[in-house]
Formats: sequence, C-alpha cells, structure tokens
Amino acid sequence: MSADVQLQDVWIRFGDFVAARDVNIHIKDGEFFSFLGPSGCGKTTLLRAVSGFLSPSQGEVLIGGKNMSGIGPNKRPTALIFQNLALFPLMTVWENIAFALEVKGMSKAARRKRADELLDLIALPGQGDKMVNELSGGQKQRVAIARALAAEPDVLLLDEPLSALDLKLRQHMRTELRAIQERVGITFIYITHDQGEALTMSDNVAVMSQGVIEQVAGGNQIYDSPETAFVASFVGENNYFAGTVRELNNGLAVVDTPSGVLAARAVSRNDKEQLSVGDEAYVFIRPESLRFSQQQELDNVLSGVVERQEFEGNFWQVYLRVDGSARIVTLSMVNDGHSVGYEVGSRVQVGCGSDLAVALPQGPMAAE
Amino acid sequence: MTSDRVRQFFVLFFVLGFFLYLFGPLIIMGLTAFNSSAFPRVTPWECFTVEWFDVLANDSRLLEGLKNSFLIGFGVVLFAVPLGLAGALMLTQVKQRVRPWYYTIVISPILVPGVVLGISTLLFWDRIGVMFGASRDSIFYNGFFLTIIGQSTFIAAYTMLVFISRLQRFDSAQEEAALDLGATHVQAFRKILLPFLKPAIASAAVLAFLASFENYNTTVFTSISTSTLTTVLASKVRYGIDPSISALAVVIVVLTVFGAAIHEVLKRREQAEAEQAGMVAAGLIKEKKVQTKWFIDPAIICILLVFIAGLGTAFFAGTVGVGECKVLVKEQKQAETAKRIQALQERTAAKKAAAAEEAETQKQEKANRTGTENFNSIFDGDNLLPQASESDSATQPRTGTENFNGIFNGGNLQPGSEVENNEKSEDGARTGTENFNGIFSSGNLSPSTTE
Repeated sequence: MSADVQLQDVWIRFGDFVAARDVNIHIKDGEFFSFLGPSGCGKTTLLRAVSGFLSPSQGEVLIGGKNMSGIGPNKRPTALIFQNLALFPLMTVWENIAFALEVKGMSKAARRKRADELLDLIALPGQGDKMVNELSGGQKQRVAIARALAAEPDVLLLDEPLSALDLKLRQHMRTELRAIQERVGITFIYITHDQGEALTMSDNVAVMSQGVIEQVAGGNQIYDSPETAFVASFVGENNYFAGTVRELNNGLAVVDTPSGVLAARAVSRNDKEQLSVGDEAYVFIRPESLRFSQQQELDNVLSGVVERQEFEGNFWQVYLRVDGSARIVTLSMVNDGHSVGYEVGSRVQVGCGSDLAVALPQGPMAAE
Repeated sequence: MTSDRVRQFFVLFFVLGFFLYLFGPLIIMGLTAFNSSAFPRVTPWECFTVEWFDVLANDSRLLEGLKNSFLIGFGVVLFAVPLGLAGALMLTQVKQRVRPWYYTIVISPILVPGVVLGISTLLFWDRIGVMFGASRDSIFYNGFFLTIIGQSTFIAAYTMLVFISRLQRFDSAQEEAALDLGATHVQAFRKILLPFLKPAIASAAVLAFLASFENYNTTVFTSISTSTLTTVLASKVRYGIDPSISALAVVIVVLTVFGAAIHEVLKRREQAEAEQAGMVAAGLIKEKKVQTKWFIDPAIICILLVFIAGLGTAFFAGTVGVGECKVLVKEQKQAETAKRIQALQERTAAKKAAAAEEAETQKQEKANRTGTENFNSIFDGDNLLPQASESDSATQPRTGTENFNGIFNGGNLQPGSEVENNEKSEDGARTGTENFNGIFSSGNLSPSTTE
C-alpha cells in the first residue's frame, strides 16, 4: 500500500513565531520526496504535522485523500524515523522491530518470524537477539528503518536520519535507503539540511526557508534553474553579481552590473515575481560554468586577477578578484591531465554562455 | 617536595578526622552491643557477649514496634511511590510557565516541619471522621492509616524528586516513537516509560521505606495507640536504655552494609555488560562474554562467606566463656565495692565523731532560743556548708541536687537534725525523695548497685 500526501494552505504558528507559512505541496504516492533547508527553517515541524504529533494552526493534511485532522499519530498510516532514531534501549533488536506488531496483539512466534524477515531485508540476518547498544551506528539506522517498516505504513517519514553517521557510512546509507524505498515501493518523505542527500536520493525536492517553500522540483531542476535567490545560493556553490535589468527578450535578461554587462536566463517562481526592465536583479553563475575565455568565444566576459588556487585532484579551484565586484569569484576547472594552474597575480579573462547564467529577482540569500 | 608531603599529611589528617566524625558514634554504639555491662558503654569493658541480641529478640514491645514500622513502611511505599510518580509525570505535562509554581507547591511538604504534618493529619482526619459520624474504631482513628497518610504527604515529595531526575534523562522521542508505531498511550506508558523508570521505582521504594522507618516527629502524633520502632525507642530512652538498642543498631548496620555490597557487585556486573556491548558495537569483539549467573558470582559468594564468618565468630566469641568472664568481673566488682564500703565506713566514723561534738555545742545554743527556731533552721547557713557537699562527693558519685533535697527532709525541721541527716544519707539509708533522684545517676544502672 502506498498513499499520496497533500498539504493544503498549511500554516503552523507557535505564539508569534510562524514555523510554516501557507504551505501547498502534493507528494505523489511511491515518491521519494525531500524537504531541504537550513536548520530552523520549519521542515521538521511540517514532518510532525504529517505524522500527527502536532496539528496545523490552519490548513489541512491529507493522506491518501483522507483528511487527517483529529487523527492521532498512532492511527495514521505513517511511520516516523526520528533524528536520534529513538530505538528502545531496553529491548532486543527483534523486539524493537516487532514493536508495532506487539501493540497490535500479534502472537510472539508470528512477530519473531516477521522480524527475521525484516532483518533479512535490511541485511542484518541473525542479529535479532542482540541488544540495541551492541549495534554500530549504521546497523542502528537500519534497525530503525525495519522497525518503521514493520508497522506497514503507507508513508515513511525520515527526520535527518543520517546526520549522526560519518561521511562514508552516510554515502553508503543513501544508496541503501533508495534501494529499500524501491523495494517496498511506499512514499518516503525525507527531511535534510544536506543537499547532497536530497539531490542524490529524491524524485522531488522542496527547498524551504523560514517556513516558506521556495521551490519544489526535481534535483537537477533545482540545481540548474533555481527560482529564488535563496535556492540559488543555498543549493550548491554559486557566484552572483547584483545589477539592473536593461533588456528582456525571449526569456533572456541583459543585466548591467559593475563587473560588466551579463546576459542570463530570466527565471522566477511565479508571474508576480517575473523580472521586468529596470528591476534590481542577481545574476548567478556556477563555478563550474565559468571558463577561461581564451579557450572559446563566450557571451559573458569578466576580467580579474588570480587571487589563489587550490588543486583538488579531479579539478582546480581558482579564486579570482573580478573587476567591479568586492566578492571573490570561484571557478572550477576539470583536471584533464593537461591543464596547469595559472600564476597567482596574473590578469585573466573568464566567462560563460548566457544559458549557464541565471537572472533572478533580488531576495534574501542563504547564510554563507 | 616537603610542602607536598605536608599537604598530603593534612589531607590524610582531614580525611581521617572526617571519617572518625562520621563513623565514630556508630563504632562506639556497635561496640557497646557486645559489652556485658548493663548500661551501653565501652569503658569499663566487661565481657564480650552477644546476650543483648538475645534480649533484643525477646523484647516484645520493641519487636511489636519493629513489625508495625515494617507494615507502615510497606504501606507508605505502596502509597507514596505511585503518588510521587504521578506528580513527576504531571510536571512533565504542565506548561512551561506553570511549572515552577507547580513544583513549589508539590515540594512544599518537605519544607513543612514533620510535627505540623503530624498534628494537621490527625486533626484533619478527626474532622472527616466527625463529619461521617464515624466511631473511634473506624479508619479515621486508626494509627496505621493515619501514619501512612501522614508520612506519605512528604515522602511522596521525596519519591517525586527521584522520578523527576530519572524522567529528565528520558528521551521523549521514544514515547513518540511508540505512539507512532501504533501503540496507545497506555501501551506506550507500560512498555516504554515504565521499564525505563524501573530503577527509579526501586530506589524511590527504598527511599520511601527508609524515610518511613526512621520517621519520628510525624509518627508520634499520627500513630495514636500504635507503637512503631521509633516511638518505642524514644520511650525506652526516656525510661532507661540497655545495650539491646545497640544490638538493634548493629543488626541494621550489618544488613545495610551487606545490601550495599551486593548492590555494588550487581552494578559492576551491569557496567561490565554495557562495556562489552560497546565493544561489540565498535566491532572490537565478536560476541559478549557470557557472564556467570549472579548468585554464583565470586564476589557475591565472598560477601556471603564474610557475612556468615563474621556472624559465626561473633556468636562463638560472644557465647563461649562469657559465663566465666562474668563471674570474674562480678568478683572484681564485689571486691572493689567492699573496699569502697570499708573506706566509706572509716571516713563516716571519723566524721561522726567530729559532728557529734559540733552538734553538742549547737544543741546548747538552740535550747536558749524561742519557738520559731524550728523554721529558721532551714535557712541556716550550715545547710550550705562546704563540709556537707564535700562529704557527699567524696563517698558516692552523686549529683549536686541531693544537697538541696535535704532541705525538704523532715529531719531538717527537728532541732539539731542537720548533721544527723547528712550522716544518714552517707550511710545509704536515704529518705523518700532521694530514691527518685538516684535513677538518673549512672551508678544506679551498674550491677554494683543492684547487688
């Protein structure tokens, strides 16, 4: 079984503080959906509203088309994986996994059988009789997933479950989670502040900031065509140049900046925010989109001085002091085996095609 | 180097001094339980004996009080532990703003003097009883009921503190996880919170029991006609004590140390288990070492052996040869007493001779006076003569009050009686009031006087 989740005009307030502001999202069934945002942006609050631990101040949560207001967490077809996992330390592994079955009144033998099946699913066969504190971080993680799956939920909610793991394990668990999701086929709603997790695992990502959904789209869409200055600055590295829109034609904006005239794709979240001539705008250019302009003819050209450079193995990171911009601009250059570094202090010209630059209305940026 | 040494010395000195201060009274009391002297004391040491344990086992009032204390203790545990748990749970549920108020109110019984709690419990239930027209045999006038209720008012606050500190370490996400997995609130409480609180319940129960067991100032009011260990002890102290109380203290101390040692061993086993689990989790070892069952743990067996050996040694040393020792001590005492009496008699004889002379002259003077002389003589300076007190203190270890008691003596009012009176008391043939005063004298309780 699997179900879609709808959030309709959801507002959540704590006194004067607004944790979620007019949230409208439709998560399709069987989807791996992520909420991505800095800590304190309200994503956990939304998750708790879906799981039933708090009810929205306004608006509705629908699961499988059914209004969930007044239905407690123990009656909802959701299972939540907590940030700290919240495994029961006084129970063995299999008792943890079978807890949902125990409270349903299933017989011990049947519970044990089902727990063993789930242990196979999470690749921990034969570990059922261990205590929870005998497991490593990654194993606990998987037990928490098995415990949630034992409840046979339509929707699995995950609240930053990988944040406590070390980098290697985290990367491994990403693949594992995605594989489990494909195997069981239910809707996963995943909360994270780590864009790598969101982008690699999800079908769709909602980027959140200060209680507001900034953009909902697939990972590559979010990365390539951010719709707000926040999304552009939060997801991935980005260089930006402030300026005024001089011209607009066919979705292409020509922006006057102190560093020169830059042409970029004009993007906006809705018609209301669409750029028009004379508006203040930001032009965003990703470090990997910038090229040294001797190599080819480019739409946008910037000139500056090499401040320093770092060799990262598969690429070079070059830091430039660009004329007319107080900020250091970064450029990453793939290490193709022939490229050599530029001398520090040398004057260079860099640029990119207008399709790789994005012009957005000015707005709040993510904290550096 | 040297300053370090000096500091070490002072630290050692301080630690020793502190422990002496802490355990000195206990050690002295423990020793008195094994001295055959009828008054609890260490010096003079008479005979090593366990007879006071025998006396203790046959003291029906004390045993009755002990039994009642146990019953009341269990009653308090049954009543105060759930009450404290409910109070602590409530604290986690009320709004942040109300919390300090709630806490202050619930904790206040600890700050109220036990006497006040005792009296108010008594009065309150009496009023309730009157309201229902209940008879004096009803529950409202039952010592057990009132004591359990009265003690629980503040002991529940103690247990609440235990639960609060445990609940502060509870990860509420666990309860939420249980609810999320479909458990009802009752199931979440029973299967998640209650097992977590188990150690706190155990310690709260022990705490409640001990607090009830040792309580006096509330109990003395609420117990009415029921006697508890503390009230029996208090009345014993008032009417004279013997070392069987020390014997009781020894029993309690030994049981406490025994319990604490067992508890420590069990705790260490738990720690070792957790350590092993951590090593399994970290992948350092494949599996936990299988621990022995707790009752064949070498440490526990050791403690049991020491306990039994100590018990046996004390019993053996305290029963074998006590008879002979006692006879010896008795003989010694008798010899000493005889010597004392002889010395006394000699001194009295000498004094009598001197006093007779003096009385003779006084008699002659008094004969010349008018009728009022009989009354005047009680204010006579001779009454306070240093000579009188000197003779008293020299012969018997009596207190100063005897000098004053003499003034009410009938003989005092007879002409020329003072001197005679003094002589009489020295000989041990005392008048009525002196006998009562003597009960506070330590010499009274030593076997020598009964002889």
